Amino acid sequence: MSDSPKNEVDDVTGVETTGHEWDGIRELDNPMPKWWLYTFYACIIWSFAYWIVMPAWPYLSTEGWTYTKGVIGYDQREVVARELGAVAEGRADEMQQIATLALEDTAADATLMEVSLAAGKAAFGDNCAPCHGSGAQGSWGFPNLNDDVWLWGGTLGDIHYTLTHGIRWEADDNTRQNVMMAYGRDGVLTRREIADVAEFVLALSGRADDAEAATRGAEIFGEQCVTCHGADGQGNRELGAPNLTDAVWLYGGERASIIESVSNGRSGVMPAWGGRLDAGTINALTLYVHSLGGGE
Amino acid sequence: MADSASSLERLAAEAAGNVSAAANPHGLDGERYTAVNAEKNRSLYISRVKIYPKLVGGTFRRLKWVIMALTLTIYYVTPWLRWDRGAGLPDQAVLLDFPSRRFYFFFLEIWPQEFYYITGLLILASLTLFLVTSLAGRVWCGYTCPQTVWTDLFIHVERFFEGDRSARIRLDRSPWSAGKLARKAAKHLVWILIALATGGAWVFYFADAPTLAVELARFDAPPIAYISIAIFASTTYLLGGLAREQVCIYMCPWPRIQGAMFDEESLLVSYKEDRGEQRGPHKKGTSWEGRGDCIDCGQCVAVCPMGIDIRDGMQLECIQCALCIDACDAIMDRVERPRGLIAYDTLRNQERRQAGEPQRLNLLRPRTLVYMAALAIVGLIMLVALINRSTLELNVLHDRNPLFVTLADGSIRNGYELKIVNKEHAERVFRIDVEGLEGAVLSRPALAGEEGSTVVVGVDTLRMARFFVILPAGRLDGLRDGEGMLTFVATDLATGQKVERESSFRGPVK
Ligand code: SF4
Ligand code: SF4
Repeated sequence: MSDSPKNEVDDVTGVETTGHEWDGIRELDNPMPKWWLYTFYACIIWSFAYWIVMPAWPYLSTEGWTYTKGVIGYDQREVVARELGAVAEGRADEMQQIATLALEDTAADATLMEVSLAAGKAAFGDNCAPCHGSGAQGSWGFPNLNDDVWLWGGTLGDIHYTLTHGIRWEADDNTRQNVMMAYGRDGVLTRREIADVAEFVLALSGRADDAEAATRGAEIFGEQCVTCHGADGQGNRELGAPNLTDAVWLYGGERASIIESVSNGRSGVMPAWGGRLDAGTINALTLYVHSLGGGE
Repeated sequence: MADSASSLERLAAEAAGNVSAAANPHGLDGERYTAVNAEKNRSLYISRVKIYPKLVGGTFRRLKWVIMALTLTIYYVTPWLRWDRGAGLPDQAVLLDFPSRRFYFFFLEIWPQEFYYITGLLILASLTLFLVTSLAGRVWCGYTCPQTVWTDLFIHVERFFEGDRSARIRLDRSPWSAGKLARKAAKHLVWILIALATGGAWVFYFADAPTLAVELARFDAPPIAYISIAIFASTTYLLGGLAREQVCIYMCPWPRIQGAMFDEESLLVSYKEDRGEQRGPHKKGTSWEGRGDCIDCGQCVAVCPMGIDIRDGMQLECIQCALCIDACDAIMDRVERPRGLIAYDTLRNQERRQAGEPQRLNLLRPRTLVYMAALAIVGLIMLVALINRSTLELNVLHDRNPLFVTLADGSIRNGYELKIVNKEHAERVFRIDVEGLEGAVLSRPALAGEEGSTVVVGVDTLRMARFFVILPAGRLDGLRDGEGMLTFVATDLATGQKVERESSFRGPVK
């Protein structure tokens, strides 16, 4: 930028320049369009009005940092609260019905079902997804809720009970309770015996290598495991004992995992939601989980 | 530079002179008729000088009346046209129904995913604009642009209350009086009424017109209707009544762009300099030898709504309204010279005349041919798309979370969201089948409300339905790298019409 004298007149246009030059380029000193200028002034006035009307300037008060609140008292947190309130109010009628009607009756009503699935999906994302996954696909130790395998039953009533009282949730007296013992750690079975039982469990789904070990394992299974898992290994939903003959394994179905399960026991926990979510939400969650594909 | 007072004086002198200019060609001063927007008069620092366009009669003025009547009628009447689409659907011929995401245009009904029809229409419109501009200049600006039509209307209202050019100039220069106030007030009142009617008609395109009209009158229409009317009414009043030619000169981008469409063969409203010069006042009975046909009467300047002098040559400000043609033709009749001193003319013809060659029109030149070809191609594509527009669509979304589910018996299940679009104005029942994956079985979630594989889709709606496909454990070798393809088929049970959509099936990677 060179300081050429001001009021220099451009030859081509006959217009004064601003007197500045950038790499040989000079700026003509034409007037700004009036509409532009007035819009600019209006914006300046507007900004002053805005500072007064809306929350604007931070300042230090005796209670620490705060800000000018603006005369209309606009607050985005309030807006969110109000909007959420409006949504809740909008479906208050339906949620009321969902809370009081029998689950089967709700399911039979297309509108209520639609609301249930939407509300259930939202509640699932907020409360259940951390363990069961956002798609309810589960993971190691956390059941997949999409499949047709249920430890404690997959009817609407079963799911509702599990949701309300949880599993092995000490704070709830009616929680679903049962323990898979740690046969190895507690010294009930030797390592060899555990290996034999594992062989038998593999045999249940036709995967045993060593028929002799499986036979020995069957005997131990008959003594130790039948109470819960049943003579044929089909499990028992009353006791939350898994079916050992199917293709779905909560803690893995290969030999090492089975040995690990038998040695150290398995006692997954699910919280009771009874006191924490309202009746309507639990019903909606029940219908949602039921709808994922495994509902009975 | 002329300040506004002295330019007013000049305009007044000019107006007074105009009355008898042809008969009494006084004043040899070439500067006598100065257009306010002529380049030499328009410094960037001066305020706008008001333009008082004079009423003119003639072919183009008549044409403009017809076009004004036509375009205004189309604008105001269209929302009231009815078109029967059957029960449950709007019967308004042209309706932009935002709440239910539909655009109705007579027989056409456009869904949001078909917005490319609108894109196509816009492309056709702009190509037509390009073609017309390259053939005959700013036809759009001069005759049909809403800015031109409404400004023209507003100027006529002004003329009705305040009189023609010289009367208006006198009125503006006279001191305020009750009469002046009454005239001005009446003018603004009518302007505001027209503006309100303009904004009022606009909202009828977005809702059922008769219903909305009643609501508007009862003051219980949605606020957005009133807000839109207010915005459109104030912009109409502002742009058509007050800003007028400034919109074309300073705000509109088109005058800048259209320069790229003209060429030397385009027919443009021009002053035939070769015939008009040497201009000068002419006394009746004197010879036309050795001089041009322009008698410098200033009529072309007086009628120009843009405040320019066509004799200065092609100018950005000229909207090619052709009113100066009418003005000059009338003068030529009076001085008994041939019409067409100002006329639709081409630059090349001007050159040809000067070179003594015959004039000719060259309408088919590469530029126009390219525009025509593009128009034809886009039009054809649109036509084919329209003819093949299907009233049935099937979309399949494969569940991604989880991708697949292993069931107790080792079979694999995938979930799908089917979206069936029924654009017909009748309810339809579809049967869903899967093909292409050996052993795959279709099922639906428990408590889905619908049994089996039939799906009912209501009138003109989209229906979502969840389906499961189960591949038995023994069939898993049908998958390659844990993936197989299958096809969903929706069959209309009444007509047998089918629509297919391919999707994938996922299983564990072995
Ligand atoms: S061009 Fe025609 S209207 Fe214009 S001053 Fe000349 S004679 Fe008059
Ligand atoms: S110069 Fe003639 S065509 Fe151009 S805007 Fe003025 S009156 Fe219309």
